[in-house]
Amino acid sequence: MNAQAKALQDPRLNRPEPFTPPLGDGGFFQRDRSIHPPAYAPGYKSSVLRSPRQSLLSLENSVSEITGPVFGHNDLGPLDNDLIRNYAKDGDPVGERIIVHGRVLDETGRGVPNTLVEFWQANAGGRYRHKKDTYLAPIDPNFGGCGRALTDDTGYYYFRTVKPGPYPWRNFVNSWRPAHIHFSVFGSGFAQRLITQMYFEGDPLIPVCPILTTIPDKDALDRLVAPLDLNASTPFDSLAYRFDIVLRGQRSTYFENRTAGN
Amino acid sequence: MPQPLNYLKETASQTAGPYVHIGLIPAMAGFDIFEKNFSNVLVTPNSKGERITLEGRVLDGSGTPLRDVLLEIWQANAAGRYNHPADRSAGALEEGFRGWGRAGSDFDSGLVTFETIKPGAITDKTGRKCAPHVNVWIVARGINIGLNTRLYFSDEEAANAADPVLNLIEQPTRRKTLIATRSERAGKVVYSFTINLQGPEETVFFDV
Repeated sequence: MNAQAKALQDPRLNRPEPFTPPLGDGGFFQRDRSIHPPAYAPGYKSSVLRSPRQSLLSLENSVSEITGPVFGHNDLGPLDNDLIRNYAKDGDPVGERIIVHGRVLDETGRGVPNTLVEFWQANAGGRYRHKKDTYLAPIDPNFGGCGRALTDDTGYYYFRTVKPGPYPWRNFVNSWRPAHIHFSVFGSGFAQRLITQMYFEGDPLIPVCPILTTIPDKDALDRLVAPLDLNASTPFDSLAYRFDIVLRGQRSTYFENRTAGN
Repeated sequence: MPQPLNYLKETASQTAGPYVHIGLIPAMAGFDIFEKNFSNVLVTPNSKGERITLEGRVLDGSGTPLRDVLLEIWQANAAGRYNHPADRSAGALEEGFRGWGRAGSDFDSGLVTFETIKPGAITDKTGRKCAPHVNVWIVARGINIGLNTRLYFSDEEAANAADPVLNLIEQPTRRKTLIATRSERAGKVVYSFTINLQGPEETVFFDV
């Protein structure tokens, strides 16, 4: 047990359990932009004309930022988190069957419950089912490539799919994306809104990807790489990868203050 | 050594990429997969308030409209109330009005549209009224982390002049980048906007 856990157990502190955070304004923790890619990242050429050049205006969070859309099971269909079945026409899609699972947490380590997670990806050959994708790898008639899930009470989500393939793209003449799955996550307030990409442990394209290497912080980059999770795999069926997502933490809200002991 | 705080770090953002439609608006990617889909129509037959169309483009540093951009908006209802438990203001909630929508730009023109209602004035936590506005979030290929901005309404001159957020913008000329212009077209109220990612009229983006 570490010093912090011991301190919390010390009865002399007479601290209520669970710990009630002190009076806050309900705002989200300041975003640490040093772990995010900068808007202007010339190695990723598309960012050059699409990056604001003025400073962002820092905005103390108001009700407009600490609120956000609420979703429920009524928004989803029963096959939405099963990419092996949700577009199948006459069989299963081609590729390595995988489970992707993890938790959506906030920076305090609490699970973010009942939040919408959306995901999309290329098929096993690296081709997207998108009218603008012209890569020569074939479309898989049984694979749509998108899904969504609502986290449970603990922030847990999971889905089943096939592992996406790498594919070439126009940046340098010979640029290839590592295999990846796109994620969109909401959280409880609109200021937590996040889109990111999950990569796969051991992919040799990771260190040379012009998009992934826009991230200036090595640890932040590593946190986008999902490890193989053999314990969560299904024998003779599917491998599993684990991907936890962390959204911004939030100070307690001015209307949630409780008196001691309540 | 002091005790460790043990906060986690936020997951790093990555671009939504050119194929964002697959995951978020599959019909635009060219296929039908979900039973229920999200859309750019926020208004329902029962919604209270003035029906409006928000219509605009996002321009890159060369002035070219982005044709693969995705916008989401988040707004209060006509009573100025967000459909979320953290909004404890007095305005009435309306069943069926979520206050959120998403839209992809047209693949040819770059035009983005939303069908919604004009939100009411927001009451902030100190009880002060803020000018009616719509919160906007922008993602696309080449945008490494989603951009946050707001749209205010050109016919709310007095409220805009007193709005605490607009007044945070030091240069009055830059405040105009957040004002959508009202017009009427075939009996419909349209608010037009242009979001400039760069240039002398670069839109004000917020670090929220």
